[in-house]
Amino acid sequence: MISLTIDGRDVQVQEGQTLLDAAKALGIEIPTLCHHKAVPPAGACRICVVEITGGGRPGLVPACAYPAQNGLVIATDSEAVRASRRMTLALLLARCPEAQVLHGLAKRYGVEPLADRLALSSSVPANQKPKTENPEESRTRTTTRTRTIEEAKCILCGLCVRVCQEVIGPAATCFAGRGPHREVSTPYKMLSGVCIGCGACSFVCPTGAIDPAEFCSHPLERIPNEFNCGFDFRTPVHIPFPQAVPNKPLIDRENCIHYKTGRCGACAKVCPAGAIDYDMADQIVEEKVGAIIVATGYEIADPSVYEEYGYGRYPDVVTSLEFERMVSASGPTEGELRRPSTGLPPKTVVFLQCIGSREEQGTGKEYCSKICCMYTAKHAILYKHKVHDGQAFVFYMDIRSAGKNYEEFVRRVVKEDNATYLRGRVSKVYPRNGKLIVRGADTLSGGQVEIAADMVVLAAALQPSSGVRELAQKLRIGYDQNGFLSEAHPKLRPVETNTAGVFLAGCAHSPKDIPETVAQASAAAAKALGLIAHDRLTREPTIGVVNEQSCNGCFECQPVCAYGAIERREIRDRKDNLLQVVAAINKGLCQGCGACSATCRSKSIEVQGFRDDQLFAEINAIAR
Amino acid sequence: MSHQSHPSDPTDLSDLSDVSRATSAVGTWQPNIVAFLCNWCSYAGADLAGMSRFEYPANIRIIRVPCSGRVDPMFVLKSFERGADMVLVSGCHPGDCHYTSGNYHARRKLTAFRELLAFLGIDPRRFQISWVSAAEGGKWSAVVTQITQEARQLGPFKEFPSWENGHGGASDRQGA
Repeated sequence: MISLTIDGRDVQVQEGQTLLDAAKALGIEIPTLCHHKAVPPAGACRICVVEITGGGRPGLVPACAYPAQNGLVIATDSEAVRASRRMTLALLLARCPEAQVLHGLAKRYGVEPLADRLALSSSVPANQKPKTENPEESRTRTTTRTRTIEEAKCILCGLCVRVCQEVIGPAATCFAGRGPHREVSTPYKMLSGVCIGCGACSFVCPTGAIDPAEFCSHPLERIPNEFNCGFDFRTPVHIPFPQAVPNKPLIDRENCIHYKTGRCGACAKVCPAGAIDYDMADQIVEEKVGAIIVATGYEIADPSVYEEYGYGRYPDVVTSLEFERMVSASGPTEGELRRPSTGLPPKTVVFLQCIGSREEQGTGKEYCSKICCMYTAKHAILYKHKVHDGQAFVFYMDIRSAGKNYEEFVRRVVKEDNATYLRGRVSKVYPRNGKLIVRGADTLSGGQVEIAADMVVLAAALQPSSGVRELAQKLRIGYDQNGFLSEAHPKLRPVETNTAGVFLAGCAHSPKDIPETVAQASAAAAKALGLIAHDRLTREPTIGVVNEQSCNGCFECQPVCAYGAIERREIRDRKDNLLQVVAAINKGLCQGCGACSATCRSKSIEVQGFRDDQLFAEINAIAR
Repeated sequence: MSHQSHPSDPTDLSDLSDVSRATSAVGTWQPNIVAFLCNWCSYAGADLAGMSRFEYPANIRIIRVPCSGRVDPMFVLKSFERGADMVLVSGCHPGDCHYTSGNYHARRKLTAFRELLAFLGIDPRRFQISWVSAAEGGKWSAVVTQITQEARQLGPFKEFPSWENGHGGASDRQGA
């Protein structure tokens, strides 16, 4: 440990730490510009200078780069320090009058920007004005950098150059020119082919002077934010969505530079908790459980199979889920509804219900997706509350508003928010003069309608999550022709499955709204607790038993058991030699149907209460 | 089987059989039909038929099994061996099995078995399968009425005369 004194206070830091780290440990704030925790220090900008007043050679040193040494006495706010910072700021401001971070510091240290003092009309010095484009330049436009970084902001600290070289690795940027012509550029001022478009330069730049697209010869690949349906972008390290459980960031390995190139590692350097572990791998965790609740949810059926609605072709045709994100306060536009094509508020929105649901033939689903009527009504209200002079139209087949206060809610949409409900289907959506023309039937008036809409919202069908069939087969629970999981009894056992200990909740079972899902989930939790809260499981005694003496281990009984209750039991001698493998019945799973008993060729499985000898006795008695 | 006469040997119901055979002695032959009913559908359906006061011939004797999938073909053969004139297996409608798939096993297995009956010298028409749900009391009554009629047309089961005469020790074999 190293002991030193900063501003009259003693502090101890680890070997190799800098004066900046030591000051931070004391809670003393030192301004920095060219410093970033993930990048080795360079001491380039000189804004972090502190004064050594004892214990070493006196003078001003950059705190970000100067190692802490035993016995040093440091002043972070002495007059010499303040004078130095004022001079640094005045010079930086003279070059970069548009860098907002400098203005903040200048105010703090009482520096009047030179441009203000001289009342200059143009803030950009003559030698740094953007170059005018000449014909020769435009010919080589595809390979040559035509735009420069915002030099009125760039303080030439080199942090971007260092991060690209020392942290990320490709060294796509460098300094070019001398004296007043010095600038951050790429070799030969060509668009860089080695730039990987990670955006680290822009991220670390203290003054916000860099757009990485200025360096890169290929289009930057931005990562669409899945939670916002791709309407905005995210970083490789991200929290999947607000209220995620657990609400912690994760690293998207496919896009992370560290996993792609082995470099970077910036997140590990900046994480104060040291929580980043790049070697962490997926692992299979085995747990013995007493109950399983299957709540695998749903997916939206792709509406682009219905070409007449133009989903996927016209940007203003969106699904209800996309609309939901667009109007959400935590969404890509913070709740401001904008047309995807123009960015302006849509004045007419047409909602189409039953897209892919309630189709007796064709590619759609036969069932009703159940929740669409109510969320479309909600969207019509939200829309009207966001765009006051807008008009919502809803094409519906039937309004299915069965539920507490649901009908009243739909009435409200019609009466208070003036949504126009049209009973009928839409035959075609096509663009004309920047609008989407929605052509459909109004079966109540018996006529054709044509609406020039700004946006069309499709209430696409719900379908079970992909992979649910494989999961159901693994759990040995039933599913219907649509892939929804089957309950044990449609009226009397709606949350249980036919496999004891497996329960259902939510849209994995059938389309259902939030209150229904919560009710079913609560019931499933209660059923599971009822099962596991006791020390011993109570079962009907009429279950199968295996005669291990006669069982020859053919396991013909295994495939006929609908409950997966038949297990393999190894019989071993005292020396642990395997003598025989016989069927064993899991008493918790067996329901006593007797299919195994009728299948067993060696007559080694009997159902208690319905044993062969008992049934033969009955036959002997009555069949004469 | 609450009317067992010898608690020491519950399978010896000779008294009862004497009573039932007495009818044939008089000359008005009555078919003896053994029915295996699954506990959840057909047995409940038969129960409902009784509660609903549906009428059907009294020639049927019901053996309750947990599921039609529990019915071993041996049960059917044993019934014929012991003198049944017709055997019925009835379960839940396909797709409605209480045990998910037991009646599918029954359907497949017993349909194949039915084809083998002729090989054994038994008229396959003497073996019937039906699906009767717990709500179908009326259907149960109709099924029994119909198969009793068919059993009457087929007449007494005499293909195994040696058993009829008591050879082969059928009465000593108590199953299993």
